[in-house]
Amino acid sequence: MIKEVVSVGLAVDERLRVKKNVLEPEGPDGSGKRICIVTGTHGDELEGQYVCYELNRIIQEHKECLKGRVEIYPALNPLGVDSISRGIPMFDLDMNRIFPGDENGAVAEHVASRIVDDIAGADLCIDIHASNIFLREIPQARVNVNTAQKLLPFARRLNLDFVWIHAAATVLESTLAHSLNSIGVPTVVVEMGVGMRITEEFCHQLTKGIFCVMKDMGIWNGDVTEPKTPIISQDGEVGFVNAEAPGIFVPCVEHWKNVQQGQLIGRILNSLDGRVEQEVRAPIHGMLFTLREYPVVSCGSLIARVLGGDFE
Amino acid sequence: MRRECIYTLKKQYRDDLNIYGYRFGHGDKAACIVGSIRGNEVQQLYICSQLVKSLKRLEEKGAIVGDNEILVIPSVNHSSMNISKRFWATDNTDINRMFPGYNAGETTQRIAAGLFEAIQGYQYGIQFPSFYLPGDFVPHVRMMETGFQNPGLADRFGMPYVVIRKPKPIDTTTLNYNWQIWNTNAFSLYTSATDRIDEDSARQAVASVLRFLTRMGILRYTSHSGYLASVIREEELFNMRTEVSGIYQRYVSPGEEIHRGQILASVIDPLEGEALARILSPVDGILFFAHSAPLVMEGTIIFKIIERLHE
Repeated sequence: MIKEVVSVGLAVDERLRVKKNVLEPEGPDGSGKRICIVTGTHGDELEGQYVCYELNRIIQEHKECLKGRVEIYPALNPLGVDSISRGIPMFDLDMNRIFPGDENGAVAEHVASRIVDDIAGADLCIDIHASNIFLREIPQARVNVNTAQKLLPFARRLNLDFVWIHAAATVLESTLAHSLNSIGVPTVVVEMGVGMRITEEFCHQLTKGIFCVMKDMGIWNGDVTEPKTPIISQDGEVGFVNAEAPGIFVPCVEHWKNVQQGQLIGRILNSLDGRVEQEVRAPIHGMLFTLREYPVVSCGSLIARVLGGDFE
Repeated sequence: MRRECIYTLKKQYRDDLNIYGYRFGHGDKAACIVGSIRGNEVQQLYICSQLVKSLKRLEEKGAIVGDNEILVIPSVNHSSMNISKRFWATDNTDINRMFPGYNAGETTQRIAAGLFEAIQGYQYGIQFPSFYLPGDFVPHVRMMETGFQNPGLADRFGMPYVVIRKPKPIDTTTLNYNWQIWNTNAFSLYTSATDRIDEDSARQAVASVLRFLTRMGILRYTSHSGYLASVIREEELFNMRTEVSGIYQRYVSPGEEIHRGQILASVIDPLEGEALARILSPVDGILFFAHSAPLVMEGTIIFKIIERLHE
């Protein structure tokens, strides 16, 4: 059943509507559990759209297997998705920096507050992100170190390649995930793919993982695949590579492959005079889990992240 | 006056971004003034340009007291200003949400780090920022409540109001917050405009900074005493929102005294022209902030009012 989470009148004959689809068992609710799948906070991140479609499709084709409540929120920032805008159009702040929102604040803060209220009480929330237009990410969960103990059992079962346990930062206290975790809704952030694109393979991978977790929770009793065992890493094992010169970045390695310390990852080229501005090399030995997708770089643009260690 | 480039970002397709600082006087790092960090902060740029002009003349007259140095940085992000973008043109990030910065990080983190390195160690830091909600303000001095703030010092600008804001997590990456954490007394000065020039409030801002520098013993300058500021906590402002959306017509301006029952604005049906709502003031007070765009969404904060205050 499609429900409206919050709606706000726009200036001329239109409303901003955040919607969700609530899927409930046909028979008695065997598990009594509720999972929320949310995405579209950043309007340029689209991988979650296909995951939402697939979840809807599979559940509706096998309704008899549904034993709990699944709520799918495909677009927390519908105006952003529609207008190819990462943020909320006409609002300065990143939507994922204004949670838990404020019922009496600016319109975006009010919307954020209603979203948190709506998800409150769920047994699990999965917040799907898709990097940005600049970087390609392997399917991974991002977990704050303070919530790792609680979230790892879920993150391990999501059929992801990688779980990144990162340090806490004050500014991240205003994310949706932090707000929900603070009110007792375990919330796992998934990052995968690249902005403005859909990577079907990754979407199928995560969809399978969500069904695994739903089966663990008793929400789903259909067949599921055994999830991958993800690599789990702390912050200190990640090496960052940033551009030290402006130009065009052309990679010479593949994403999610091993690199040796000092190995050439790619080159930053000058298209005006034909010079190589920078040979970009791996800072440590390990797996390249983030790789620049958008070619134009400035000084400082993130090129890659390498997870240190030996991996198959 | 010595002009120097305090930070350069090399660019491939455009001229490099050079951030210039103007130094006046010699000696202890007394005061630093930062203007436009976002590309639409034209009023902030204008105010700083006028400050540079004034300080240059005052320095020539020997008006800078003793061993004091003043640094003015009128513009940080003209790469965005030159193409009418508010945030960093490449990735739409906000330099004023990147402090204290990181010199090995992403582009705007590097710019913030380069700027912050140059402006650290000053006793007083004055920034001309803009608010995240579009609209017009009564000119005021704003301080973050970090535990290091000193409203008594803010009063010395002689601006009519001092506002104390309790920081939210997102505020912890602003210049004002980080200046305070790194032991600079930081003040944000808001005037009546951002992307247009308002001469009256720009003049008031220039005079306020010169007055402050004089009162802190950095400058010799004779000026009007200004106001004894009313100190307000941001959460005490009365927020008024519109319950309907449409075309917005405002009848009052920031700074005006308003009365309970007074019509402050109307919202008009954007297709049929009939009035959908008349916005009446529920309280007596001074109008502190007013929405300025011609359209409103439902729930938009259109006014912030200082309750029970009279002119």
